[in-house]
Amino acid sequence: MEIGLVASILSIAIAAGTSLVFATVGEIVTERAGILNLGVEGMMIMGAVTGFAAAFHTESVAIGVIIAMLVGGAMALVHAFLTITMLADQVVSGLALTLLGSGLASFLGQRLGPEGMPLVGQIGPRFEKIALPFLSEIPLVGPSVFHRDLLSYLMYFFVPVAWYFVYKTRPGLHLRAIGDSPQTADAMGVNVFALRYVYTVVGGMLVGLGGAHLSLSYTPGWTENITGGRGWIVIALVIFATWNPVRAVLGALVFGGVNAIQFRLQAAGTTISASLLNMLPYILTIVVLVLITWAEAFRKRVGAPTALGLPYMREERT
Amino acid sequence: MDSGRITVVSANNMSMVKLPVAVEMRGIVKRFPGVLANDRVNLSIKSGEVHALLGENGAGKTTLMSALCGLYRPDEGDICLADGSVGGAKVVDIGSPRDAIQFGIGMVHQHFRLVHNQTVSENVILGLADTPLHLDLKSVGGRLLEISERYGLPVDPEAYVWQLSVGEQQRVEILKLLFRGAEVLILDEPTAVLTPNEASELGNTLRHMCAEGKAVVFISHKLDEVMSFCDRVTVLRDGRNVAALSTRETDKKALAKLMVGREVLFRLDKSEVAFAEGALSVEHISAFNDKGLSALHDVSLSLAGGEVVGVAGVAGNGQRELAEALTGLRKVTSGKVCVNGQDVTNQSPLRFIRAGVSHIPGDRLGMGLAGNLPVSDNLIMKAFRHRPLSVGPFLSKTAISQFSDSLIEAFDVVTPSRNTPARNLSGGNQQKAILAREIATGDGSGDVGVNVLIAVQPTRGLDVGATEGVRRALLEQREKGTAIVLISEDLDELLSLSDRIAVMHAGKIMGLVRAVDANMEEIGLMMAGEAS
Repeated sequence: MEIGLVASILSIAIAAGTSLVFATVGEIVTERAGILNLGVEGMMIMGAVTGFAAAFHTESVAIGVIIAMLVGGAMALVHAFLTITMLADQVVSGLALTLLGSGLASFLGQRLGPEGMPLVGQIGPRFEKIALPFLSEIPLVGPSVFHRDLLSYLMYFFVPVAWYFVYKTRPGLHLRAIGDSPQTADAMGVNVFALRYVYTVVGGMLVGLGGAHLSLSYTPGWTENITGGRGWIVIALVIFATWNPVRAVLGALVFGGVNAIQFRLQAAGTTISASLLNMLPYILTIVVLVLITWAEAFRKRVGAPTALGLPYMREERT
Repeated sequence: MDSGRITVVSANNMSMVKLPVAVEMRGIVKRFPGVLANDRVNLSIKSGEVHALLGENGAGKTTLMSALCGLYRPDEGDICLADGSVGGAKVVDIGSPRDAIQFGIGMVHQHFRLVHNQTVSENVILGLADTPLHLDLKSVGGRLLEISERYGLPVDPEAYVWQLSVGEQQRVEILKLLFRGAEVLILDEPTAVLTPNEASELGNTLRHMCAEGKAVVFISHKLDEVMSFCDRVTVLRDGRNVAALSTRETDKKALAKLMVGREVLFRLDKSEVAFAEGALSVEHISAFNDKGLSALHDVSLSLAGGEVVGVAGVAGNGQRELAEALTGLRKVTSGKVCVNGQDVTNQSPLRFIRAGVSHIPGDRLGMGLAGNLPVSDNLIMKAFRHRPLSVGPFLSKTAISQFSDSLIEAFDVVTPSRNTPARNLSGGNQQKAILAREIATGDGSGDVGVNVLIAVQPTRGLDVGATEGVRRALLEQREKGTAIVLISEDLDELLSLSDRIAVMHAGKIMGLVRAVDANMEEIGLMMAGEAS
């Protein structure tokens, strides 16, 4: 019984955490390049609605995922243009993107269904679970970890690759440099502008993918406010992860795990109000953020990219 | 296998030796909005020489070199590189730092271009396109050690840049260029951040590099170093060529005149001042640095009014923490600080200010001024609490204008207007603005004079003319009876301004000598940690 509980919590944690992992790693990549994109919530929800709509009409989850990533990337491209080329304030631009995305997604959800009808309540294709032979039979973790859909398997593969890329490759070195000291990178012949564009768009695509996971796997279908503030959790998780892709998994699983526990409690018929339980993951995020920031500040090195949020201009006289 | 790839890099570098070995810049013009930074400037650099580019701040030295290393594109003029054939030269277009590196030209900027969260090796290979995709930092480190041994630039390849001292960071900058096979190295005021010993070590390194056929451009306004390190010198003033000569044919005085356009006094006369005991007394204070390590250990100092005590030492030996402890910015863990007999230990900075402590911080734009605020706001930062500048919670615009205009005039701060953001002023004028605020306004109320002045590197990065002005102001303040703690890495400055010199090492005061009896060697030994 106890073992079954742990396994089921792990299972829900991974299911809830997968979209967070993609989006968090995406935002990590963007922030590592020195661009703060607070439009995660907007890009994620747009990824969710367009991903589901595309999958619904083409009956292909693959096309849904591709469209979601393209939409996320396109929105990030707007942010890149505003902040890198036009030197706009990154916070303002990101917030605008979130407002735009949330409103537009809601509107599209009303129109993108069959024959211009709402998408809400429509049943479309979803990622099917695949049990990996042998691995899924491992007691306890097997069914939770190795009986999942393709997106989760993609995540298992993707996180170590992202980590290797950031810390162990030449392009990764350049990525870390343009976010930490764009002047240095520029002086060493690294194309700061182009790379910031690339990583902002790549980050946006990953956030879009996270959104697609919501509407094509976690809670298949489209509902209003499907992201439920996950985009903001992602911003917190990036700090929790101290800009390290591997640590992002940990944060996402903790968030997902708390989510799972509160579902369980509700199912068990606890007398605590459901609204209070629903708050748990968000409260936890705040608590973790406070602890992390406090502990790291104590060590005087938070590990944030030094030039995060700062526009870079070359011919600036200092 | 990977080390094989690295060798390919060095093979490329070898072929560069046949490429440009000397540079000629002809008729360079560069305009910035409202400023003509370079006006038809010529410069010719031979390989195997250290060439000084001399001029005051704002003379256009850095702009000229930025054009050479691809950061700015000149509006007019040509840059020619020798192409190996006898007397042959070709005009090149240097559009970016990457182009410059391809042509074998590299620059060490005054503000280092280093990524602090990365290691030395990572910094060195940053931007190198022909390194393998997978970072092989081990073999990079090996090759780095080879170069560092050859040119006498010791450094730990695996250390993070934020762990290194300023002198070490500079070495990393030079190594970065050598690793890329640079033939022309441009050093922008390289000694401004170094101790005398480090500076003379750098001099040896430069000699080493020239012996290997490299050309070095040494941007400076320090005449002693130009005379001792350099073979030839080009002097700029107001963006124009003034002279190009060999250091053997000239002397310090003549160069100073060329650079400033008038005669310059190197030693200021110090008058006798009657000391008033007990202006500042520091008893056995200890403090931690930002990393939580012990930075000050049992430091005691006692200053009389009208006395200047110089604090000498290699950067990072507790001088910054001392200045902060004496201005209320850093808590002391034990000991006592008294100003005019009043115990202010661990009080707030405001209490220090009210006790008559003024502070000229070493970090001019960081701590001294709010760069984005207008000059006038910076000038009233201490006096704004009192009439007539403020009445209750309201600031009086007219009073502020009058007040700042009078300070701007009295201290000869060159600024387009009092509304100009402070960061747009030259370093010398920024320092004058700080001096004006700290000296002229005392605690701001006008009731308490400046009892104690803590001056940290007050002339760092200033040109000869501005340096003279700042030193003069300090001495005037001394005559008014202020006790001055002068923290500086410039030993000449300490010797000429101080009455006594305290030497710091590892957070302790190694010795306290009278300036008239002091000799450089003794002080140098104490700076290295030998007690007197």
